[in-house]
Amino acid sequence: MDAIILQILNGLDKGSAYALIALGLTLIFGTLGVVNFAHGALFMIGAFCAVTMQRLLTLSHTVIDPSQTDFLGNPLQTKVPYLASIIGADGAQALIAWAVPLSIILVIPVMLFVGWAIERGLIKHFYKRPHADQILVTFGLAIVLQEIIRAVYGANPIQSPAPPMFSGSIDLGQYLGFQANAIVYPIWRLVYFGFSTLIIGAVFAFLQFTTFGMVVRAGMADRETVGMLGIDIDKRFTLMFGLAAAVAGLAGAMYAPIVSPNYHMGMDFLVLSFVVVVVGGMGSLPGAVFAGFLLGILQGFASMNEVKAILPGIDQIVIYLVAIIILLTRPRGLMGRVGVMED
Amino acid sequence: MLGLTKKDFSLFILVVALTLLAPIILNPFPVNSSLGQTFNAGYPALLQRFAIFGILVVGFNILFGLTGYLSFGHAAFLGVGSYAAVWMFKLLSFNIIPAIVLSVVVAGLFSVVIGYVSLRRSGIYFSILTLAFAQMSYALAYSVLTPLTNGETGLQVYPSDPQVLASVGAPSAPHIFGLPMAQSATWSGGGWVFTFEVGYYLCALMLILAFYLSIRIFRSPFGMMLRAIKSNQTRMNYTGLNAKPYMLRAFIISGMYAGLAGGLLAAMDPLTGAERMYWTASGEIVVMAILGGVGTLIGPVVGSGVIKYLENIVSKINDNVLHSALRALPDGLENFLVNIIHPFVGEGWHLTLGLLFMVVVIFLPGGLVQGGQKLGAMFNRQSGNTTAAERDAARQTPSKPAE
Repeated sequence: MDAIILQILNGLDKGSAYALIALGLTLIFGTLGVVNFAHGALFMIGAFCAVTMQRLLTLSHTVIDPSQTDFLGNPLQTKVPYLASIIGADGAQALIAWAVPLSIILVIPVMLFVGWAIERGLIKHFYKRPHADQILVTFGLAIVLQEIIRAVYGANPIQSPAPPMFSGSIDLGQYLGFQANAIVYPIWRLVYFGFSTLIIGAVFAFLQFTTFGMVVRAGMADRETVGMLGIDIDKRFTLMFGLAAAVAGLAGAMYAPIVSPNYHMGMDFLVLSFVVVVVGGMGSLPGAVFAGFLLGILQGFASMNEVKAILPGIDQIVIYLVAIIILLTRPRGLMGRVGVMED
Repeated sequence: MLGLTKKDFSLFILVVALTLLAPIILNPFPVNSSLGQTFNAGYPALLQRFAIFGILVVGFNILFGLTGYLSFGHAAFLGVGSYAAVWMFKLLSFNIIPAIVLSVVVAGLFSVVIGYVSLRRSGIYFSILTLAFAQMSYALAYSVLTPLTNGETGLQVYPSDPQVLASVGAPSAPHIFGLPMAQSATWSGGGWVFTFEVGYYLCALMLILAFYLSIRIFRSPFGMMLRAIKSNQTRMNYTGLNAKPYMLRAFIISGMYAGLAGGLLAAMDPLTGAERMYWTASGEIVVMAILGGVGTLIGPVVGSGVIKYLENIVSKINDNVLHSALRALPDGLENFLVNIIHPFVGEGWHLTLGLLFMVVVIFLPGGLVQGGQKLGAMFNRQSGNTTAAERDAARQTPSKPAE
């Protein structure tokens, strides 16, 4: 029993990331009808926003202290963050430790802008082109974004730790009535799971309970009619692209303590997220979220030693296997609407 | 001639001439000049890649160009072909004939399985299915199939391998009936050195054969049927034709081309690893095809050539080369220009590739070939000769791919 719970938990953090990326992909597909291969790159840019925040906070100037000398006898030079001279050394240290959660305030405007720029500058011209062209141009865009990040930040992964309060692990077993050390789980992954449910809830609430969201949903169902009612649906859809980019960016920024950001992390997540979207059903938002968690947890189970003993290597391929079976037996995915991209 | 129309025949002769003379054409600068060290591409290792990737993309074009089905997992066939070839080296001998035959056969069988399943869906679902299969092959090659693939180390030939057919005097590297692939003749004169290698000429011969076959397929009733499926599959079905067998045949042919390319890669360097099957490798094939011009005959050869050239040349350019190239300019301007160009060359060549790819997709859906035709048509109009050439260009420009 405890082993099963542990595997479910192990699947949750990956599943959360899949769900968030797939949610954005589906939003873009459902509103604009575009298959966005650059979505993984947006996830990656989000993660690098966390790195940038860390660098901004630790931006330092050199202070020369003539009263002390280093081992060569020269006046001691220390690097002091600018922040420390504004709010004091202790405050600065606390803020720097919280760089990853703080990066949220950087991610949202940056990603909204990036999403807006991509939609207006590039994707707008591809609505009338075939899906294959959209895939190709966004694939090219993903390469370009990824290489720009590599040119700026280098090719090596950059560590970005979680705040000290959330680093380390927690013995969940004790709270649930199992023996000690049965279920030990990193705290940040729990935080990530909570954060992603929050974001998913917020996106759904936004679509469900605001007038803006209602118009967007109407546009997803029948774009032409909404346009005829005198609503500028294109402008709203552009904003939805920005929103989808922001969701991917937030997913990436908060994922930074789990996997150190590197320039190709987006590509690694992209393929899996596409599989998630297809399994959930093209254009179905709840489907994307459900399939994200489902596949994450399935992957967790497949990497159990007991399962691997029966079916070796299953942990590597379970997601693709599920996708192939679903695509062949239920063409519109688990929760896809009838008639949406069914052929 | 050779069953080709006059126009196709001249195109074929052009490709034959280019591939056979490539060691000379691609070495335009003297060996020891700085330009030569950077821009000369006539060395065997690179020439082999031109030819091998040419074969691969010509095959991919038979699938994507004719039927419009975008396979995002084509690298799997390349990888399978390579593994099959290296196994032949390990078990039989370093003679490349059985290795290449087996790599084509194995890749063909593999594509029967993948094609049969994937072709039940079309559009983006087909792309994702092929992607999923390729990623599965990659993951399995890395983990469970280690006894077959030697996992992360990569499959290679060890002295302890059986090699039951190896004769005593045969070279201990890939050879064709005793003639080693790495053997080469050089011809030098006046600072220029040209290398003619057995391995390259084998690949070139295969490329010429592959290209000839692709012309025949493009012009055959079978090719016409594939184009019909691309433009309107539903109508094909209503006229009582089952499109599936045609699609599957195209998929298998295309997979066998990839297997041949994989076998040749192994024949040039008897070592292979799972990373050849990773999905970015498949992406590279797509990029090559699009860049050159999908659905045209010469496009794939152009695309793979341009990308392999850029990969090897642009990634070799560093700041020293830039400084020496821009020496004539004033210092401030020189440093400024070097700083501007720096991110696009050397390690950053992928950035150049991505930008080039995007520009082609946005402005030239027909690839570089279409660009060339547009230019040609423009010049013709200027000289007042609008008739024949322009009509040709208009006819050859691929119609917009159907969804």
